[in-house]
Amino acid sequence: MADWVEPAARQGRTSLMNDPKVRSIVLQVVALVLVIVLGWMFIDNARENLAAQKIATGFGFMENTAGFGISQTLVSYSETSTYGRAFLVGILNTLLVAVIGIFFATIIGFLVGIGRLSKNFVIRLICSCYVELLRNLPPLFQILFWYLAVLSAMPNPRQSISIFGEAFISNRGIVVPRPLFGDGTGLVLWTFGFAVLATVLLGAWGRQRREETGRPFPMLWIGLGLIVGLPLIAMIVTGFPITFEKPELKGFNFVGGMRVIPEFVALTVGLATYTAAFIAENVRAGITSVSHGQTEAANSLGLRSGYTMRLVVIPQAMRVIIPPLTSQYLNLTKNSSLAVAVGYPDLVAVFAGTTLNQTGQAIEIIAITMGVYLVISIITSVIMNTYNKRVALVER
Amino acid sequence: MKRLLSTFALAGAFGLAAVGAQAAKLDQVKAKGFIQCGVSQGLPGFSNPDDKGNWTGLDVDFCRAVAAAVFGDTTKVKFTPLSAKDRFTALQSGDIDVLSRNTTWTISRDTSLGLNFTGVTYYDGQGFMIRKDKKVNSALELSGASVCTQTGTTTEQNVADFFRANNMQYEVIAFATADETIKAYDSGRCDVYTTDRSGLAAERLKLTNPDDHIVLPEIISKEPLGPVVSHGDDQWFDIVKWALFAQVNAEELGITSKNVDEMLKSTNPEIKRLVGTEGKFGEGLGLGNDWAFQIVKLVGNYGEMYDRNVGPDTPLKLARGTNALWTKGGLQYAPPIR
Ligand SMILES: N[C@@H](CCC(=O)N[C@@H](CS)C(=O)NCC(=O)O)C(=O)O
Repeated sequence: MADWVEPAARQGRTSLMNDPKVRSIVLQVVALVLVIVLGWMFIDNARENLAAQKIATGFGFMENTAGFGISQTLVSYSETSTYGRAFLVGILNTLLVAVIGIFFATIIGFLVGIGRLSKNFVIRLICSCYVELLRNLPPLFQILFWYLAVLSAMPNPRQSISIFGEAFISNRGIVVPRPLFGDGTGLVLWTFGFAVLATVLLGAWGRQRREETGRPFPMLWIGLGLIVGLPLIAMIVTGFPITFEKPELKGFNFVGGMRVIPEFVALTVGLATYTAAFIAENVRAGITSVSHGQTEAANSLGLRSGYTMRLVVIPQAMRVIIPPLTSQYLNLTKNSSLAVAVGYPDLVAVFAGTTLNQTGQAIEIIAITMGVYLVISIITSVIMNTYNKRVALVER
Repeated sequence: MKRLLSTFALAGAFGLAAVGAQAAKLDQVKAKGFIQCGVSQGLPGFSNPDDKGNWTGLDVDFCRAVAAAVFGDTTKVKFTPLSAKDRFTALQSGDIDVLSRNTTWTISRDTSLGLNFTGVTYYDGQGFMIRKDKKVNSALELSGASVCTQTGTTTEQNVADFFRANNMQYEVIAFATADETIKAYDSGRCDVYTTDRSGLAAERLKLTNPDDHIVLPEIISKEPLGPVVSHGDDQWFDIVKWALFAQVNAEELGITSKNVDEMLKSTNPEIKRLVGTEGKFGEGLGLGNDWAFQIVKLVGNYGEMYDRNVGPDTPLKLARGTNALWTKGGLQYAPPIR
C-alpha cells in the first residue's frame, strides 16, 4: 500500500481538497481535534462543578490508606495498604478468575462441542443437554447456584471432608498443604524449567518430523517422563528440599496450608461451565464447516478417527472457531464482574465498590475501571488475532 | 448497574451543566411535585417494602415528614432503594433529593463526598452476631473467624480496625446486598455477621432460626445514623434538618399526632411557635407556617415514629436507650424553635 504513487500528471491537476487521501486525513484530524476539545471541556467543566460542591477530585486518593480487609490477595496487602494497592489486588483477582475460567471453559467447551458430533447417541444427548441447559440460564443464577446450593452446603470446618488427611473440603473452601521451599529447591526448579523447555522443543521437532515423514511422535509420554522424572531425580539428589505445611484446624478455621475460597470456586466454575456451553457451539460449528471430504480422505489413508479429528479436522476448523472463541473469552472476563454477588473481591467489588464508596470519587474510579477492562479486552483480542493469523497461514 | 448509571448521570450533570446554574432544590421539588428519597433495599424497621410495595420504617417515615413539611401530604414522596455502596453516588448526581438510609455520619462523607448530614435519627454502634453453638461470649474470642459484612459500609472499615487493634486474625467476606450477606452467614460460610446493632436486630428476623443466634456484648464503634443531602443548597439542608428537630421538639413538648389539633389552642409559647400559631418560622425555611404542625399531624413526633417502627412492641424490640430524649437520659436533643 505504501508504494502506491499517484501519477504526477493527475496530482498537478486536482486541487488538494479533491485528493481522497488528503481529504480523509484532514477530516480525521478535524474529528480528532473536535473530540479532544469537547472531551477536555467536559472534564474541565465537571471538575469546576465538582469543586463548587466541594466533592474531592483527582487521583490523589490512590495514595490514601484503604482501611478495609480483602479475603483473597495474590500480592501482600493489609488494611494499612493504599487504595492503589487495593486496586492492584482487585485487578489480579479479576485476572485470576479470567485466566483459570478461560482455561477450563476451553477444555470443557471443546470436549462438549466434539461430543455433540459423536456417533454415540448417549454422549451426543448428554452434550446437547449440557449446552441447552447451561446456555439458557442466566450466569448470575448459575454462580449463585454453585455458591449457595453446592459450596455452602459443604460441612463446616470441624466436620470437613478429609482427603487422605492432607487436604480438606468445607464450607470455608478447600485447603491443601502449602509447599515450603528449603535449601536446594533452586536445582529442582531449574531442572523442572529445563524439562519444560526440552519438552516444548522436542514437541516442535516431533511435529515437523510428522509433517515431513508422517511418522507420529509419542510426545505425551516423553514429555510427561521429562517433566516428572527430571525434577524427581533432582529431588532425590538434593535430599527432598521441598516439604509441605499441613493445614490444621485451630479455633474457627484451618490454619496453615493454602486455601481456595468458595467465592472463587463458585465464580470460576459458574463462569467456566456457562461459557463452555457457548464455546461448544462454536466448536461444533467449526467442525461442521470442514468439508466432509477431508474426513473421508483421511479415512481412506487409513487414519484412525481420533487422529483424523486431531490432525485433520480440528486444525482446519480452528480458523472458524477462533474469532467467536475470542468473544467468548472477552465475555467470560467481563462476566467476572458478577463477583460481588458471591462476595469475591474482584476489581469491581474492591475498587468500583468499596473504594468508590469510601472516597466518593465515582467519575475517576469508574473511568479507571472501564479503562482496565478495555486494556484486558484489547490484549486478549491481540493475542487471539495473532494466533488466528498463524492458524490461517498453516492452513493455506 | 445502578452505580454505573448514577456515575454516568453524575458525569453528565457535572460535565455538561453550567457552573453554579442549579435551581434551588425546594423549587425543583415543588415543580416536580414529590420528593425522591433514597432508602435501603429492605431493612425491617428502617426501610422495608411490604408485599404490596408499601414502604415502612423509621427512615421511610422521616422522608414522609419532609414531604409533610413541604407539601402537607405524606404521599408526595417516591422511594429509591439503594445498596450501601450505590447510595452516595445517587445523591451526588441528584437522582435523589434526600438519602435516608441508616447512614453513618463520618467526617469524610460530610466533607470530601460533597454531602451534608442533617442530624441523627438513630444513635447506633456496631456489633457482632454469632451462632450460640459456637460458644463464644465475647468479640475478643473471635480470632481466626470468618466475618460476613456488606461492601461500602463503615462496618467494613470498623471490622478491619477492631481485629487489627486487638491483634486478631480474621477473614472478611463482603457482599453487595444485605440479603446476600445474611444468606451467606445463615448458610455457615461465616462464623460472625457484623453490622450496626439495629441492623443486627433487623437482619436477624431473616434468619432460618433467629433464636439460634446471639449478639455479642461489645459495641465496637459509634454509628450515628442520619439523613443526608448534597452540598450546595443551604435552604434544602435547613428544611431536612429542621424536619427532624421539629419531631424531637414535639416529643419534648408532649405534642403527638393525636393531640396536635388541640395544641393549636395552647397558650404555651413554645408549643405555639412549633404549631405555627405564633411567629413566622416557616417563612425562613421557604415553607408554610404550618410546616411543623403537618409533620406531627401526619407522621408524629420522634417518639411515635420510633415506637411504631423499631420500639419494644415491634419485631425489632429495640429499647429507647441512647435514643431517648436528653431529658430522659438519652442523646436526642433538638435546638429550640424561636
Ligand atoms: N451505618 C453503616 C452501615 C449501613 C448499611 O448499609 N447496613 C446494611 C446492613 S444492616 C444495610 O442496611 N443493608 C440494607 C440494604 O443493603 O438494603 C454505614 O452507613 O455505612
